[in-house]
Amino acid sequence: MVWRVVVDMDLCESNAVCMAVLPEVFEVRDDDLLYVLNETPPDSDRAKAEEAVARCPKQAITIVEA
Amino acid sequence: MVGASLAGWNAATTLRREGFDGELTLVGAETEPPYDRPPLSKAFLATGEEAKVALGGVADSEALAITWRLGRRAVRLRLGDRVVDLDDGTEVAFDGLVLTGGAEVRTLPSLPVGNGVHVLRTVADARELRADLDRRNGPVLVVGAGFIGAEVAATCRQAGREVVLVEAAEVPLERAVGTEIGAVCASLHREHGVDVRLGTAVVGRDSSGAVRLDDGTTVDAAVVVVGVGVAPSTRWLEGSGLLLEDGVVCDATGLAAAGVVAAGDIARWPNELFFGDSMRVEHWDNAIDMGAFVARRLLAGTDWDPRAVFAPVPWFWSDQYDRKMQMAGRSTGFDRMEVAGGTLEERRFVALYRRQGRLIAAFGMNRPRHVVQCRSLIARRCPWEEARELAAAWT
Ligand SMILES: Cc1cc2nc3c(=O)[nH]c(=O)nc-3n(C[C@H](O)[C@H](O)[C@H](O)COP(=O)(O)OP(=O)(O)OC[C@H]3O[C@@H](n4cnc5c(N)ncnc54)[C@H](O)[C@@H]3O)c2cc1C
Ligand code: SF4
Repeated sequence: MVWRVVVDMDLCESNAVCMAVLPEVFEVRDDDLLYVLNETPPDSDRAKAEEAVARCPKQAITIVEA
Repeated sequence: MVGASLAGWNAATTLRREGFDGELTLVGAETEPPYDRPPLSKAFLATGEEAKVALGGVADSEALAITWRLGRRAVRLRLGDRVVDLDDGTEVAFDGLVLTGGAEVRTLPSLPVGNGVHVLRTVADARELRADLDRRNGPVLVVGAGFIGAEVAATCRQAGREVVLVEAAEVPLERAVGTEIGAVCASLHREHGVDVRLGTAVVGRDSSGAVRLDDGTTVDAAVVVVGVGVAPSTRWLEGSGLLLEDGVVCDATGLAAAGVVAAGDIARWPNELFFGDSMRVEHWDNAIDMGAFVARRLLAGTDWDPRAVFAPVPWFWSDQYDRKMQMAGRSTGFDRMEVAGGTLEERRFVALYRRQGRLIAAFGMNRPRHVVQCRSLIARRCPWEEARELAAAWT
């Protein structure tokens, strides 16, 4: 099944928790903004992506099944 | 599960995810289903929007087949009988028990709650505080400059209120961040026009409502918020046979007794990553992490590998004004502190803490990325010199 990672940038406060969980997908750069490096990560990243959803203090991340 | 909040919710969802298909009961003293506390002193206090405190997944939890016992308090644990007694006289029998009762606010005998005096732990507290702030114009007195008191002060100040922040210690947050950084946190409030009184204690309240301080002054506050810390909710467990010492004492895997685990603000356990220090962590992230961990621990029972211990790097955040603070690790017992990635004056920096030649904690102001990097360094027991060298490149 295809799934996508979506971050609500209005909620995100760039605290980089998601980056610690899944650096291949989430990156907070020097400008203190979050960049989603890969919106459609491989299935092997699914569990980590779900962990990022749970651990994001702003509940800014959602996984969308497409 | 006794305690239907962040740790309890994450333990419950983990049990189901791990395939537990038995009966699952969540007992919670609050009438609300699990919600998110951090916004209570931040966005919810500022806006009153109930959506700010929603916790993801709670609204559509039917699939988890949870029996909710909300608005009910557990009053006694009969460990031998494997039964918990509730305050309505009913009992809940269990095979496995997850203690996630969190913590309750401390109060001051000199400032009884009510009549304009508030505490802030629950969404009910926050609604009352908001209503009172709307009703009564005039200065807000915040007693206690810990993280929650500081956030309340910042939120009220940003709403244009006059704010007096009183703290009994000479330096706020000293235990968490040390004197130097604690002083920076105090200055932040002064720069935003808060009247900060350190080394000052509350003596009492006049019949007119004015609060008397031990420096001889009085503060004629319209609203008072007491933020002097919390204590684990363990009173009902006294005499149960569980070991209680400022929390439910667990082993390094979160086990308090056979078939009994604890997680979140209520749990105390030796963290092997921090020299085996006995810890109780009052952070949002730990409630999630430990809730999930002990759920797996409980399911495994005697099959659990005792070497698989719960040894996380604690992490929390606090938002005050336009500053975002984060801390990773524990500074307890640090023998050196250095500032990297900016300066204290800029209010943008990372403070690194050393203990026994290792990086053991980092506190950042507007440096989220570096605090998260420090978190991984701490997790791999990074030597101090190596961490310093890495941090030297943070401009
Ligand atoms: C205003 C505020 C702001 C915060 N901000 C931050 C922040 O910015 N960053 C951060 O990291 N952390 C923050 N925290 C801390 C964080 O919210 C807590 O660490 C977290 O809520 C702990 O979750 P818990 O499930 O262990 O306990 P709790 O959330 O305390 O929940 C315990 C639940 O158990 C119930 N209970 C207790 N005893 C019984 C009983 N005998 N029977 C039935 N039910 C019982 C209680 O009523 C409560 O609902 C904040 C806390 C507050 C209050
Ligand atoms: S964890 Fe959430 S708030 Fe933090 S950077 Fe990631 S998406 Fe943003």
